[in-house]
Amino acid sequence: MSFDLDTVGLMDYDQAIETFDPVMGLEVHVELGTATKMFCACPTDFGGEPNTHVCPVCLALPGAMPAVNRLAVEYAIKIGLALNCEIAEWCRFARKNYFYPDMPKNFQTSQYDEPIAFNGYLDVDVDGEIVRIEIERAHMEEDTGKSLHVGGATGRIHGAEYSLLDYNRAGVPLVEIVTKPIIGTKAAAPAVARAYVGALRDLLLSLGVSDVRMDQGSLRCDVNLSLTPAGNPVFGTRTETKNVNSLRSVERAARYEVTRQAAILAAGGTIKQETRHFEEQSGTTRAGRSKETAEDYRYFPEPDLVPIAPAREWVEELRATLPELPWIRRARLQADWGFTDPEMRDLLAAGGIDLVAETVAAGATPAEAKSWWSAYLGQKANAAGQSLTELPITPVQVAEVVALVNSGALNAKLARQVIDGVLAGEGDPAAVVAARGLAVVSDDSALQQAVDDALAAAPDVADRIRSGKVQAVGAVVGAVMKATRGQADAARVRELVFTTLGVDPEA
Amino acid sequence: MSSPSSSSASSSSTDLTRMTAADLATRIHSGEVSSVEVAQAHLDRIGAVDGDVHAFLHVSGESALSQAAAVDAARANGDTLGPLAGVPLALKDVLVQKGVPTTAGSKILEGWLPPYDATVTTKLIEAGIVILGKTNMDEFAMGSSTENSAYGPTRNPWDLDRIPGGSGGGSAAALAAFEAPLAIGTDTGGSIRQPASVTGTVGAKPTYGGVSRYGVIALASSLDQVGPCARTVLDTALLHEVIAGHDPRDSTSIPQPVPQVVAAVRRGQNEDLSGVRIGVVKQLHSDAYQSGVLSSFDQAVEKFTALGAEIVEVDCPHFEAALAAYYLILPSECSSNLARFDAMRYGLRVGDTGGASAEEVMMATRGAGFGPEVKRRIILGAYALSAGYYDAYYGSAQKVRTLIRQDFEKAYLAADVLISPASPVTAFPIGEKVNDPMAMYLNDLATIPGSLAGIPAMSVPSGLAADTGLPVGLQIMGPALGEEQMYRVAAAFEAAYVAEHGGVVADSAPALATAEVTR
Ligand SMILES: [Zn+2]
Repeated sequence: MSFDLDTVGLMDYDQAIETFDPVMGLEVHVELGTATKMFCACPTDFGGEPNTHVCPVCLALPGAMPAVNRLAVEYAIKIGLALNCEIAEWCRFARKNYFYPDMPKNFQTSQYDEPIAFNGYLDVDVDGEIVRIEIERAHMEEDTGKSLHVGGATGRIHGAEYSLLDYNRAGVPLVEIVTKPIIGTKAAAPAVARAYVGALRDLLLSLGVSDVRMDQGSLRCDVNLSLTPAGNPVFGTRTETKNVNSLRSVERAARYEVTRQAAILAAGGTIKQETRHFEEQSGTTRAGRSKETAEDYRYFPEPDLVPIAPAREWVEELRATLPELPWIRRARLQADWGFTDPEMRDLLAAGGIDLVAETVAAGATPAEAKSWWSAYLGQKANAAGQSLTELPITPVQVAEVVALVNSGALNAKLARQVIDGVLAGEGDPAAVVAARGLAVVSDDSALQQAVDDALAAAPDVADRIRSGKVQAVGAVVGAVMKATRGQADAARVRELVFTTLGVDPEA
Repeated sequence: MSSPSSSSASSSSTDLTRMTAADLATRIHSGEVSSVEVAQAHLDRIGAVDGDVHAFLHVSGESALSQAAAVDAARANGDTLGPLAGVPLALKDVLVQKGVPTTAGSKILEGWLPPYDATVTTKLIEAGIVILGKTNMDEFAMGSSTENSAYGPTRNPWDLDRIPGGSGGGSAAALAAFEAPLAIGTDTGGSIRQPASVTGTVGAKPTYGGVSRYGVIALASSLDQVGPCARTVLDTALLHEVIAGHDPRDSTSIPQPVPQVVAAVRRGQNEDLSGVRIGVVKQLHSDAYQSGVLSSFDQAVEKFTALGAEIVEVDCPHFEAALAAYYLILPSECSSNLARFDAMRYGLRVGDTGGASAEEVMMATRGAGFGPEVKRRIILGAYALSAGYYDAYYGSAQKVRTLIRQDFEKAYLAADVLISPASPVTAFPIGEKVNDPMAMYLNDLATIPGSLAGIPAMSVPSGLAADTGLPVGLQIMGPALGEEQMYRVAAAFEAAYVAEHGGVVADSAPALATAEVTR
């Protein structure tokens, strides 16, 4: 009897979680941002003409030998330290032997039972709750080349007329970060997976070791997931879902596998241990290579390389260079700024933490900076379908606008127009103010004329103010503002109205 | 017969091929002969005898002459020449040379032109050494007779019906046939020393890591080592100093200065060996060795005594397991090293009919391109590394390797160098062992322990066997980085032989004049 989707369908997620506990393992591959490859001096740049970033070593020509990229080792150690791992005093590369056309040596030089970093953790914020993800290991390895299958179904090897091989990516340094089984997260499992990969991405970015572009494959996640009957400590059979190329996909893939596996198990079926591929369009996973007969990679220590024994002094030097970790920095900033948790979370979600920090550094108060970035500029970004960082305005420019408002040169409405000008590419705030003639009118003679005109046009209002109804001043101010197309300094107008009428508003 | 250092020889082209590299270098540097004349004399000799010997897979006549002309021009220009500048050399076909066919003796690489030079190739060219061509070898250096070459066997110049040893039979035969005064070999379990032994030539395997392996087509990475070959100890030492040294492209190369082996040879030639302790390894002296080999060895021991050395017997009990360990480690590494020959990027491609998958083409190519011995070892290695067997086979072999290394360390507390026969037998007839892999593997009985330990070891001719009349080699093994004492002992031994016989062993090799060859 077959237990595929056609026969059992999917189980409702909530029902699945009532019946089963998900167990996850996340494997994240990070392409390191070194200028050269792991074992040769070829460039690692993304997107060169096929087979232009190659040499005897990364093409595995007869006789060529690898030499380890020291910077890649340094990056791997930094990643290990940032993940609270122990750094091996002595470790080796191994050969993972299997034949595949895009792997030039037909073995991958990778770390096996002697990783450079192991036994760590990453504390992850999942909707305000801190979840500790235990890290099994972070190890170094090299990337493979790419196969391009031509003809037949798009991109698939089956039915292709021929395949083209591009070895530009072969030998690009990778670090693979493997979690220990993540258990007990129940319904939150997909959100935990997403939060973990997101936190890892932030961390790697702050370390400067990778550009972590999921869309370009420089950060790739495999989601291993199994279900176990609720409360049962024995792990079930897992599937490994590959090709998960965004944070949202990580969450969707985990969620989908929960509902798929639950349906099969509930119908009395068994889960096949296999590799599955995430389909971005449908949000489903599709079976790939079956792993029922576990592949034997015939690992053995790489005899062409000597062991790596990072000196403790070096490790400590690297530890000292670690930047403040993103979540620690966020906690510090939140305390400094006095923002609430929801305010901070919204700002983080919008990618505005660094922008606010830089705007504050340029002279604005945290509240002013947040107000611009999360309100007006947030709307602008939404409307343009861009992220905040993609908007063509810098924190320094925002701080300049804030300063102009505080000096009285701009009012809120004018300030928005100045921002619009900067976004439209009209130059710095000062240039926009000058070009658009947006400076607040605070010249008393010009304002006095406008105030006199407004009072003459509304004698009844003037009388009411004289009689002590000072709040009626608003109508006059409004008229003056209208007449000056918003460029008047409203506070000054208010003062002039009272002076003109001989009224003391405080009386 | 004249001594190799005699300067009485005339400079006719026949004689040029009989000279040592040191002699030729002196004459080239003094202007007595040109490098072009020397290269041409050797190319002529190759033309005359290599049809019978088949030492070469490829002769680079044109590039050799142009390299030689460049040396002559440099000399005319007053440039400083390296100690071996202008001297010809035969390069084992397992080292890549840019633009020159390199096959490692395999069909799977037929027609491949490497786009780069091995580090050793670069060093040779920079030293002004003239590369005559690429020499024959057992396929991917797997064998002890050169019969496993996909391009036909090399014949031993001492008896054309016999093997020249292997895997570097081509390099050794080229020396013994006076086709080249210098050659490069590679030694994994004895591929330099055993051919030297059975051809009456000299060959040294440096300490593991002493010479770069970059550009050397790998057999077993943890064992492979490039080394110098010649007809005299001095020539071998001169070449050793050219090729040795740290190479950042080979992580396993040792960051150590080049050993001063030429000075060590001069000392050995001029001083006796008093105060030197020479260890005879008990386990490498048994009835597994041919009687003529043992008697030659015993005479060598007497010669060392006469030279003032102290002879001690050393016990290396784990040597008994060396062959078994070696035939697990080597196939394991080679099964992985040879995986790259898959028809995707270079070399032979079989079965690419259009409908075939990449996997089918890989299988067809490897099936057609590898010979039986290569397949045997790949299968053996893949098995030894497979899950569930790794600990019992590869893991245990590594433990034996450690024990053998410890045996050596203990032995070197009692002795400065160790000696043994280099090969258990003298050259055997072509075809005799070709269908008996175990009998073939036993040829490396004496050389394998040193390979597993990574120590320097060399074979120096000790004369002709009383029973077969064929050359016998004496193996001299130094401690790790002990090249200097190894060469000193070798030079003293050779000097004593020359004093007694009037020349080195290779000088009495058959002339191989083309008219006398009747096949
Ligand atoms: Zn490369």
